[in-house]
Amino acid sequence: MSTIQPKIGEPVSDELALVQAAKGGDVAAFEELVRRYDRNVFRIAQHITQNREDAEDVVQDAFLKAYGNLNQFQGQSKFYTWLVRIAVNEALMKLRRRRPERTVSLDEDVKTEEDSLPREVADWSPNPEQQYSQAELRDILTRTIQGLPASFRTVFVLRDVEGLSTEETAEALDLSIPAVKSRLLRARLQLRERLSRYFRRRDNSDGNSKHDSGDGNQ
Amino acid sequence: MKCSEFLQELTNYLDGVIDDRTKAELEDHLAWCHNCYVVCDTTKKTIEIYRDSQLYELPEDLRSRLRSAIVSKCHAKKKAGPERV
Repeated sequence: MSTIQPKIGEPVSDELALVQAAKGGDVAAFEELVRRYDRNVFRIAQHITQNREDAEDVVQDAFLKAYGNLNQFQGQSKFYTWLVRIAVNEALMKLRRRRPERTVSLDEDVKTEEDSLPREVADWSPNPEQQYSQAELRDILTRTIQGLPASFRTVFVLRDVEGLSTEETAEALDLSIPAVKSRLLRARLQLRERLSRYFRRRDNSDGNSKHDSGDGNQ
Repeated sequence: MKCSEFLQELTNYLDGVIDDRTKAELEDHLAWCHNCYVVCDTTKKTIEIYRDSQLYELPEDLRSRLRSAIVSKCHAKKKAGPERV
């Protein structure tokens, strides 16, 4: 089985030059950085806040905060990782404001029933996404990921949707590498479990079995 | 290798960050444990579906509106001097 190939990011060779120019007051250079990353920031913000207006605000606030604090960017990390860190914090603030009844923290290390071994182990149809229209598929994927705790959702989006490395994700979220890996595994398994309800092979409805307790023998 | 041990290594395996010996052990397990094969395969598909899903694309009109707002505030900030946000 082949491994997941990460998304290839945009070239960053000229990025430090843009950041330097923006630090010196070149707004056009900063605009180029906005153009490069606004879609990513919007997607991350919308995944975290689950609200379109909040996501729009996060895009503006995060870039303005980045612009105002460019002198604090030392260039040890990629500009994008630094920007994502700002955007995630802005998005979490929005989420907390909207849901004051719930504490929303990236440190949230939620134990859920779904942390147990996978239960749904039926194989999927060969092209599961083609069973649904674009709109239906989008709805399924949105509702499924929205069901995850914010801390799992954020790690999954940064690693698997935006293609940040484990180290970059840890840096952007101020988490340890083992914490990122543990949340990522659980996020992936929970999403898989939930998507299986939609994508499992239809002609095999009797074929799914409970996952055994782990004492397999050869 | 037990299924639970396989699952612990699943993320490293899918990300390709694993030493050759562990990889061989995992693949040996996959060769005979159908359940783990299915879990591994469908987890990989889960990641690929989300990665390719284009959820929350930023529409071009909104995009240029946001960019204009950001740029004009940057100009205003520049005029106002080095005050921080």
